[in-house]
Parts: sequence; C-alpha cells; structure tokens
Amino acid sequence: MTHIAKPRVRHPGLATNRLGLTRRDYEGGMSTLCAGCGHDSITAAIVQAFWEMDIEPHKVVKTSGIGCSGKTPAYFLKEAHGFNAVHGRMPSITTGAHAANRELVCIGVSGDGDSLSIGMGQFAHVVRRNVDMLYVLENNGVYGLTKGQFSASADRGSKAKRGQVSREHPIDPVLLALSLGAGFVARSFSGDKEQLVPILKAGLRHRGFALVDVISPCVTFNDHHGSTKSYEYTRDHVNALVHADFVPPAEEIETTYEAGDARTVVMHDGSRIQFRKVPADYDPRDRDRVYAYVRERQRAGEVATGLLHLEPPGRPGSETDFHGIHGTADAPLAHCSFEELCPGATTLEEIQRAFR
Amino acid sequence: MESTDSFMKPTDTRDPRHYHRVVDCQWGCPAHTDIPEYIRLIANGQYTESYLLNRKSNVFPGILGRTCDRPCEPVCRRVRLDGEPVAICRLKRVASDLRDDVRPFLPSIPAEKNGKRIACVGAGPASLTVANDLMPLGYEVVIFEKLAKPGGLMWTNIPEFRLPGQVLWEEIAYVTDMGVDMRLDSPVDSLADILGGDFDAVFVGSGAPKGKELDIPGRWDAPQQVHIGIEWLESVRFGHVERCGERVLVIGVGNTAMDCCRTAQRLGGKDVKVMARKTKPYFKASPWELDDAMEERVEILENHSPSRFVVEDGKLVGMEFDLVRWREGEGGRLRSETVGSKVIPCDEVILAIGQDTAFPWIERDIGIEFNDWDMPVVDKTTFMTTRSGVFMGGDAAWGPENIIWAVEHGHQAAISIHAYCNGESLEARPAEGMNLISQKMGLHEWTYSNDYDEAQRAKMRHVDLKKRFERMDIEVEEGFDIEQSLAEVERCLNCDAQTHFEANLCIECDACIDICPLDCLTITHNGPEEDLAQRLTAPLLHPEEPLFVSEDLPQTGRIMVKDEDLCIHCGLCAERCPTAAWDMRKSDLLLPYAGLEAGGLHAGQVVYPELAPTLESTG
Repeated sequence: MTHIAKPRVRHPGLATNRLGLTRRDYEGGMSTLCAGCGHDSITAAIVQAFWEMDIEPHKVVKTSGIGCSGKTPAYFLKEAHGFNAVHGRMPSITTGAHAANRELVCIGVSGDGDSLSIGMGQFAHVVRRNVDMLYVLENNGVYGLTKGQFSASADRGSKAKRGQVSREHPIDPVLLALSLGAGFVARSFSGDKEQLVPILKAGLRHRGFALVDVISPCVTFNDHHGSTKSYEYTRDHVNALVHADFVPPAEEIETTYEAGDARTVVMHDGSRIQFRKVPADYDPRDRDRVYAYVRERQRAGEVATGLLHLEPPGRPGSETDFHGIHGTADAPLAHCSFEELCPGATTLEEIQRAFR
Repeated sequence: MESTDSFMKPTDTRDPRHYHRVVDCQWGCPAHTDIPEYIRLIANGQYTESYLLNRKSNVFPGILGRTCDRPCEPVCRRVRLDGEPVAICRLKRVASDLRDDVRPFLPSIPAEKNGKRIACVGAGPASLTVANDLMPLGYEVVIFEKLAKPGGLMWTNIPEFRLPGQVLWEEIAYVTDMGVDMRLDSPVDSLADILGGDFDAVFVGSGAPKGKELDIPGRWDAPQQVHIGIEWLESVRFGHVERCGERVLVIGVGNTAMDCCRTAQRLGGKDVKVMARKTKPYFKASPWELDDAMEERVEILENHSPSRFVVEDGKLVGMEFDLVRWREGEGGRLRSETVGSKVIPCDEVILAIGQDTAFPWIERDIGIEFNDWDMPVVDKTTFMTTRSGVFMGGDAAWGPENIIWAVEHGHQAAISIHAYCNGESLEARPAEGMNLISQKMGLHEWTYSNDYDEAQRAKMRHVDLKKRFERMDIEVEEGFDIEQSLAEVERCLNCDAQTHFEANLCIECDACIDICPLDCLTITHNGPEEDLAQRLTAPLLHPEEPLFVSEDLPQTGRIMVKDEDLCIHCGLCAERCPTAAWDMRKSDLLLPYAGLEAGGLHAGQVVYPELAPTLESTG
C-alpha cells in the first residue's frame, strides 16, 4: 500500500495510440496490494495490452470475484464498466454481461482460490459455454488475503512460509481448460511482460473463451525457498515453450522463419498469431499433443509457458462461441428496443400456439 | 557471442558527481548552493537555518535573493515537467526577509592571527568572499577600495528599487565586521606598490568598471546629453544625477540597460525607449528583467542599429538608426541587412552596450602576463595569474559575469591562497564529499514531502505602478508572503532525495517499473549506450541528463536502467519495492572551503544541529 496515489504528471514523450490516448490513460486507482505483488505487474501488462490494441476503455467490461485478484480490476481501465462479484461467481456475471451486450470486450480476473476452489464449477461451465472473454487467472498457490494457506494450485511437496508441506494433488488450470475444450489456453509469468503482453492481446482478439494462467508470486506468503511459485523458482524452472507474436491485420510480418519452425494462425479478423521457436514435435493447434507435452514438461520439473493451445478459426470448438451456440441476434440485446425484447402477450400467444 | 566491451558500465554512485548532477539546480549554481535543503528549511519555518545554509555557499543570500541571475532556474527539473521553474531565487529572499539575527552563528574570528597578510584590490563580492573565507582562519585581510563604501557594482550599479541599501549594507557588514582592514577611498594606481608591501598574497577583484563606448558620428557633439550606462547609474546612486530628460533612449538590451531604463522612468523620463539591434530571442537581458521593464511601460524596439547622434545647435535632438533585418548566414552566424533608416527624437541617450575590465594600474613588467585582448592570463582552476602569489577573480578575471560567479571565484581563490600560504600544491584541489542518508521514516513515510504538487509558480507581487515611481528607493518586489512561499516550496521536487538502488536485493518483480509515474525505469539486457537508449520504457528526451545503470541483477543478469531526466523523486519505486532494493537517500554534497575539509566546520563555529553535517564523507 502506498501513502500517496501515483501522481497524474506524466512523461511528455509518451506515445499515443490510435485513439490519441497514452498508456497512462488506461490506468486505474491506486493499488492496495502488497509491494512487489505479481498481480500489480499483471495489471500493468493488461494496461499495456488494451492501450496497444486501441480499445476504448468505456467499451470494456471488467469483472472479478473475491481475493487479492478480485481487487485488481479497480487498478486498470478506470473508465471501463466493472463488477466485483461474489466469490467464484465472476464467470456468471461476465456471461450475463456478454449475453446482454456482445459488443463489449470482456475481461475477467480471477485467482487460484476463486477459480479452482469455490468457483471451479463456474470456471468449468464458462469454458464449456465458450463465452467470448479473456479470463486471466492470477495464480500464486496461496490464499494471500487470509494469511497464506495453500490453495488448490499449490504443487505437491511445495513448502508454505512456515514450513508445512503441501500433500494434496494440485489442480492445473491449463490442463483443466484443455480437457474442457477451451480454444485458447496460455500460461505466462507476471515477471515476463515481453511474453505476457502479446498473449493478452491475442486472447482479447480470440473469439471465444481465452484462458491465461499467470504465475504471479505472492511476495508476502509465497516467495520463499521451497515455494514453487516464487520469483526465483519460476525463473529457474520456466520453459518458454512457445513464443507467440501477435500481428494486427494491417501489419506485415517482418521476420521470416524457416518452414517447420514457425506456424501461423490467422484469427477471424485477419490478425495473425505467429508461433516461433516451437519444438519440432509440437503443434499448438493439436489439443491432445499439447496436453501430453505440458504433462511431459511437468514431469521433467519444468513450467511450460507461452500460448500453448489455439484452435484456429473454422475448426470445431472455435466457431461456436456463446452467441453462436445460442443463435442470438446480431444486434446486442442491450440495444434492442423494449418492444423487440418483450413483444407482448399477443406474440407470446402466437408462439405458444405454434408449439401446440 | 557478442562482445560486452561496449556495454554500459555500472554507475558508481559513491562518486559525488552522479547524484550532484541529478540535483539540477545545485549543479547549475556556480557556488553549488544546497537549494533543495534550504527550500525544505523554509517549508519548515526555519528561516534562520535556511539563511545560514545559503550563506555557507553564496555569502550574500539577501542580495542574491533579489539580484541573482539565477543559473539554477532554467535548469530546474520543473521546467522540463510543467514549463516553470521553482522560484528558487525569490525563496532565498524569503529566508533572508524572515530570518532572526544570524550574527551569533557567523564564523568566529580567532583573536590570535596566523601571521599571514592578504591584500584584496576592490571591495566587490569576489574580494568580500575571499575575506569571508580567510578571516576565520586567522588571516589579516586588507581591502583597498577606490570608493567611499564597499560593495563594488552591487552598490553602484544595482538601483535601490531592486536592492534596498539596508539589505546590501547588512550583508557586507557581516564580512567587514570580521575585522577586515578596510581601506576606503584608496584607489590602487600601482600593483607593484602593493606587491612591495608586506603581503603574503594579493587578490585582484577589481571588476569590469569600464562601460563600452559607441564612437559613431555626433558622439562628442553634445556630450552632456550622452551617458555611459554604468557611470550614469553610479552618479544616480551617489546623488549626483537627480533628473533626466523626458525622452530617453537606452542603447543596448542587457540587464544594465534594464536598470538604466527603469531608473530613467523614476527620474522624470516620460518616453523611455530601449533600442535593440537584434530581435527578442537574442536579447541579453534576463527574461524576468525584460518583463519588469515592460511592466513599467518601457518600450523595447528591435532591429534598430544606431548610426549617428543628431545634434542641432550643440543640442542633442535625436538619434538616427539603421533599420536592419537579420538572417542566418554561414555556420548559423547572423548577418544583418539594412532596409532603411529612421531618426528617433530624444533628450538623452544612455549607452548600455557592455563593459570591460581596465588595468592601467597593473604594470606590464611585474610578471603578470596579458593576452592579445589585454586581459590578464588567469588559471581557471587555481585563479592565480602568471605571477605566483597574485590571484584574480570576479569580473576582473574573465570579464562581466554575475554576482554568484564572483562569489564562487572568491571561494576558489581563497582555497588557493590558503594552500599557497601553506606551501601546498594549488593544482591538487580538495575533494568534494557526499553523505547519503536514508529518508525512510516508516512504512510509507519519508522525511520530505514526496507528493507531486501541480501548483503553478507563485507570482511576485509588485508595488503599484504609480507609487513605485515616487522615489528611487521603493523596492518594487514585495517578496513572497508566507502563504505564497508555503505553496511555492511544495513545487520543489526534492531532487536530492535520491532513488538509490542496490542491485543485489532486486527480485525483478517489476513493481517499481509499473508504479513510476514518469516511466523513468527499465529492466533490460545490457548493451551499448545507443542501443540501450532505444529500449527504454519512455523515450530519451534529454540525452545530456544522466542515466543510472545498475550492476547485473541476480536472477536474470539483466540490468536496471534509470533515466534521471524527469524523475519527480516521489519515492513510489521505494515504496513499492518489496526488498528495499530501492531506497530514497538524501545526497548531501560536502563542499570544501579554504582550510576546511569537505563539509567541515571552522574551529569553534556555532551551528544549528540541523546544519551540522555528519562527517561520514564518502568522497
């Protein structure tokens, strides 16, 4: 917690995006998280991604549940719409918002406790429904807000600050999302914005559910020797498996890679995800191979990061996002007139008659 | 593998120069006055302490708080952030105006002398500073002054409406009352005579007392109506001139011209014009002096190059000017082109086109070398002429400068004189030192006011336009009141509260980078400077400002880079740092003075505890 808010004065040489806004215009209120919290770095990466994508802040819905992660939407995009939901219920609220106004960009921020314990049912179903949202899971392996008990993502054998050893199997949100059919699955690290920002941008552009599991060290309760989610451990064990560059539609790919070394996935709007330095036997489009590869790396003691899995548009699981599945109107419901939404008793009578 | 030879080397923050450069105002001040500290003392209501801190380096805080040319202000970081510097100079005046009696805290003078006698020629700021520094060491100092009072140009050339006599005499007395042997009304007409006297060293601080002449047709046809600016100002100060004509032309547009035109306004001038050869960007006067003159309805005409004095029947009736146009020629040099001419009627003309040194009293065969421009050759470090034991400073050494330069010359010459009298090397200058002290008071508490205040620069209140013309000695500036000064001190960014970084503690969490409001910080891999400059979080706007480069960071081997340019010293990096790798530490620059180690004190000197530096010099 800081005593003074970040002053408004800014560097006069800051670049502006197509909307004429600087990165500072995408910031939010003063963070009250611990100094050095990984979540604050993720917030900064989110600010950077939205700014680079020229997204108008007032066309964004930011949602969260409970926990340290639940506080973070207050710290970015102060002009966006926001809702701080009941513990673990962020997915439902986001689904509702997206159902009502499909034009808004949805970003949900959750944590390992919020998503993998109390809200795991919600998490599973928002993946199944393929709601068009960017789901950022700030994963630190502990319940920081209640003094550092292990969470469901704590690795077996890792040590708590006071020496207790975690004995239960962890839930890995990446494997979970892969098995539930998510079309965009990524893992990153709060201490590596060069990797994280392009992933967030790709996730924002992906039509459908996009999970980004971000290892986010808890400096207060989980940054010690014996932790598997500390800054030092993560840096020592991270394997940046897949490098993904996000290329907006208008830009040409400048660098060329040898065949087999790079794979390109064209998104629905023409922007491209350029994979590079991918292992020879790895294909981010092949869900089963990805699953096996992430498991293999885990057994080798590594944390595989990068944009691990992406279903290219047009393949099963990608064209059927929430609105596609439900066949909703193209116009956002929020913009439909009352008469259109509630056509009255006579129309209801006609519909019912059709079923008789 | 890329060679790492060209990579940036870690910044050595133990060298006082790095942090000194970050404190732009102190770096820019010739006397290196500890500006942020004196502003904080004002904020705290400790006016006497603030005054004494000023006096340590600049000797004449009350005089300089009104008349300094403020080299500190244009370089103030605040200019680069919101366009207006902190009103550093006028805050100095606040400390002077509101101080208590400082005499008990002035250096004490030993009753037993050290047996060395020093002669100073001229009683201006340079000689007075030499006396101020040497008297507490037991020297006997004799000052020879041609006029009846000391002060030099501070007295004769700065009008009383800018510098009241009381302020001037009080601060001069602090020095002369140390027991300086003042020989007033004693012009020196032979340096050889002085050298033949019983002196161990001689300091020449005789200034640049000769106003430049404008020898164009008609100059000598009505001499009683044409004046040399600095001589005329002197005559006004002495009471020899009490009136002037209604239509006055001042030739030249430097600070002396501003004093002349404003003085003319008070002596009966109704139509006072300042005639400039060039256009406004090339005016020599300080912007604020131009503003003050224009506020008093003085007209400033550009592109008028004087060609002749128009004299009819032995009476000056006007002056003719070439109307010129300027364009940039080869190598950016301005070239003029005459496009017409014009006669401007006038009753009097005042020439304020510069001034020169004059040494008819220095014999050319006594070992003092003069250069092609008839200026004595003076060593820029030791301030000694080519004759050992003869030192020179102030305007006499290299031509007209400002008071604050004369003071700094005096300090340096005193160091040299002291070394010379002790048979020590003059070239080996005493080292600067630095204390670096954490300003952390608690979890989110710092010793200083760290929030950025968006307030605009305080505006100086001036005496009503009509009233100020009633007498010569009505000071135009009223000074800041308490409310104004309390608002203005908050504009200071406390640049001496340094962001001090210990690389070995950093866990590379990015917290400092994310919170920095000015995007000063970058963690990146090392490389050559030009390449590194491309990879900073925010573009490098002023490459001349220092970069801080850390040692390799423990986890990834990358480096922390800080562009010091626009840091507002808010301390948020240190507050957000979980490992205290960042800390806010006050860099206290310890300057050496004659007979004193860096930051040291005279034996027996009484100071407020706040002013006593801890002798933990790192320099």
